[in-house]
Amino acid sequence: MAMWFARSRNLVSSLRQNLGLSAILIKRNHSSPRPVFTNYELSSKVFLDPSTSFRHESTAVESQPDLVQQSDHEDDAQELDFPGGKVGYTSEMKFIPESSSRRIPCYRVLNEHGKIISDSDFIPVSEKLAVRMYEQMATLQVMDHIFYEAQRQGRISFYLTSVGEEAINIASAAALSPEDVVLPQYREPGVLLWRGFTLEEFANQCFGNKADYGKGRQMPIHYGSNQHNYFTVSSPIATQLPQAAGVGYALKMEKKNACAVTFIGDGGTSEGDFHAGLNFAAVMEAPVVFICRNNGWAISTHISEQFRSDGIVVKGQAYGIRSIRVDGNDALAVYSAVRSAREMAVTEQRPVLIEAMTYRVGHHSTSDDSTKYREADEIQYWKMSRNPVNRFKKWVQDNGWWSEEDESKLRSSTRKQLLQAIQAAEKWEKQPLTELFNDVYDVKTKNLEEQEVGLKALVEKQPQDYPTGFHI
Amino acid sequence: MASLLGRFCRKLVVPGSAHGSRMISTTACDSEAVKSLNLYSAINQALHIALETDPRSYVFGEDVGFGGVFRCTTGLAERFGKNRVFNTPLCEQGIVGFGIGLAAMGNRAVVEIQFADYIYPAFDQVKRVFPTLEFDFSTAEFLIRGFNSQIVNEAAKFRYRSGNQFNCGGLTIRAPYGAVGHGGHYHSQSPEAFFCHVPGIKVVIPRSPREAKGLLLSSIRDPNPVVFFEPKWLYRQAVEEVPEHDYMIPLSQAEVIREGNDITLVGWGAQLTVMEQACLDAEKEGISCELIDLKTLLPWDKETVEASVKKTGRLLISHEAPVTGGFGAEISATILERCFLKLEAPVSRVCGLDTPFPLVFEPFYMPTKNKILDAIKSTVNY
Repeated sequence: MAMWFARSRNLVSSLRQNLGLSAILIKRNHSSPRPVFTNYELSSKVFLDPSTSFRHESTAVESQPDLVQQSDHEDDAQELDFPGGKVGYTSEMKFIPESSSRRIPCYRVLNEHGKIISDSDFIPVSEKLAVRMYEQMATLQVMDHIFYEAQRQGRISFYLTSVGEEAINIASAAALSPEDVVLPQYREPGVLLWRGFTLEEFANQCFGNKADYGKGRQMPIHYGSNQHNYFTVSSPIATQLPQAAGVGYALKMEKKNACAVTFIGDGGTSEGDFHAGLNFAAVMEAPVVFICRNNGWAISTHISEQFRSDGIVVKGQAYGIRSIRVDGNDALAVYSAVRSAREMAVTEQRPVLIEAMTYRVGHHSTSDDSTKYREADEIQYWKMSRNPVNRFKKWVQDNGWWSEEDESKLRSSTRKQLLQAIQAAEKWEKQPLTELFNDVYDVKTKNLEEQEVGLKALVEKQPQDYPTGFHI
Repeated sequence: MASLLGRFCRKLVVPGSAHGSRMISTTACDSEAVKSLNLYSAINQALHIALETDPRSYVFGEDVGFGGVFRCTTGLAERFGKNRVFNTPLCEQGIVGFGIGLAAMGNRAVVEIQFADYIYPAFDQVKRVFPTLEFDFSTAEFLIRGFNSQIVNEAAKFRYRSGNQFNCGGLTIRAPYGAVGHGGHYHSQSPEAFFCHVPGIKVVIPRSPREAKGLLLSSIRDPNPVVFFEPKWLYRQAVEEVPEHDYMIPLSQAEVIREGNDITLVGWGAQLTVMEQACLDAEKEGISCELIDLKTLLPWDKETVEASVKKTGRLLISHEAPVTGGFGAEISATILERCFLKLEAPVSRVCGLDTPFPLVFEPFYMPTKNKILDAIKSTVNY
């Protein structure tokens, strides 16, 4: 019996440690933390008579997040040595259930009405920071809307929005330092926006004009900026995850006060590179924050067709990685979680996994019509009632930090700036033809020189076969 | 096995160093200290030098810590520490991806894939290349594991797609490749052709210990991602005088290792040994063969081969990889374009069969000396 009290205390203390840096958290109201479960709860679920012992295990693993429920048949005195270390010995045959009876709870701070939930743990956000966060979330909304329309008008070839995921985009970026190296998937332009990428720079990449840093080589939304420590987006899913482990390791070796931060969607966690990335980061003890945007959909594939686990957060422990599930539509919760994770990653030189729960309000991209595979009502519900921007706005407004006048000024000026940026980008000179052949290698190789000469001659001879504006 | 060994000398006479052939060497002058080394020792020396001369370089892969399954990484962990020389989990796409990340941050990563046969999962990561990280892949077979995921789509395109804002030039992927007498499907493959079809990476294959050391150092220091295939058959078999100092052999420069007038033979890696034997036999029958070591397959030195074929009027290419879609096809097509009117006969390819690499049938599968000799004669007598 005494054994169980001791264990529950250990569990409690490890949970406290995992919840974050108590020094900077807003404390709970009670003086001492509640134990996760009482001795009575333990005994009532674990101490069962032998006749039911084959049935009870899956229901016994429930009230707390550990994967393995301790058993009364476990014999502490006997431990076996195996290559991975000592393991306790049990003569009771027990399978770890495929899932806990209770899902990992979701950390949040703001309720749906934008009010801070009492006794929340969170890192306070100043007026200045909060206003900036809100402005950027609203800017991202306006940017998405206008670029999407530009694609519909045929002015750019492709676009994908982050509608519904503004809190993840902006709050995570706000929680990082500019030295942290970001390896995005593709639905995180808000991180780049936060870091100072201008609307004009976004537009230039979408138009692939001469000012595009990517030199017009990739589709729109494949932004990248070394100046902002934001690695260039690439279409293949999850390839950035093992690379993030390498980036984190590099930062560790350089003893930098920085970590790698990488994003992935729910679908991307099915890729082998997810396994590779997390495992490498854990083994190499690399400072990497893995942020999974679980938005419910991978194009038309709902998460029920993607995995059978309790989302992504439970997978962290399988790699020896500390993890948290957070309400991705709660900007304050995302901010606190990412900030804490980042500190852990850097100070403890370890990876951390964050699963941010959210919903992809927009279609997958301009090549997709999601009403073909999901209810319009469902989309509408999330757009109107579970809107992360509105939720944060309420909190900011309630604090007296934002007014409707500020709102209309911001939206109209941003809209105007975007329209101008698009007009300018559209008219901007195109990339010179030589950029087709540069950067394949550090120096142009002979075969490329020959091909360039050949192509230039061809273009001069038959210009009508080629689009105009690409200077030779 | 013994019969296979009988086909080769116990200690191979390295192509180009045999008495009587004019060897044009691009390596050290005679006054430098040399040591008799086999292939894995020469590679090991190159790795020691690479890590010594660049404190931001790393060597990692499966089992490299204790020296690697082919002993190429012996002594590195002890000398440079486990932070720089380390074992990785068993995951080729992870190895290459991790290396890409490291290289993108300006480091040199020398990665080992245990067998080129296992490089395919890393394939994708390599395409999105990062600086030359040297990966030690134990066989090219396993390199195929890495192929799709990281090599092709990531490593190779990394500089290009970012508008040169990022690059992973510091990435070098090493993988043992080629027949070994008993390797079967998954320890004998020659996957170089796949990689030669990927703009943005370089593909380098040394023929001997001295070449390997110089080419590997060049590959590691080249500002582009390089896939470096090491003929595993030669790890112990080939012994040569290797200069002890730090030297580099240029990439994309082929070498005429035997001069001749009647026919040009082009090859790389271990196959050159076989081809040289065929040249010696052909000489006895009055046919003068010119033998070229391509060394770098991507980007390859067309000019040297072209100049040779314009002289001889005949071309024969030989590689272990299956003939269909093999790199010999690229050489053949290019030379045809450039030397059509000078050709006296069709370009001949003596290559592996279009089958998975078989175990008991290996002696039948391989492009042997006599197959090459027959092809030389029929080309000359066309």
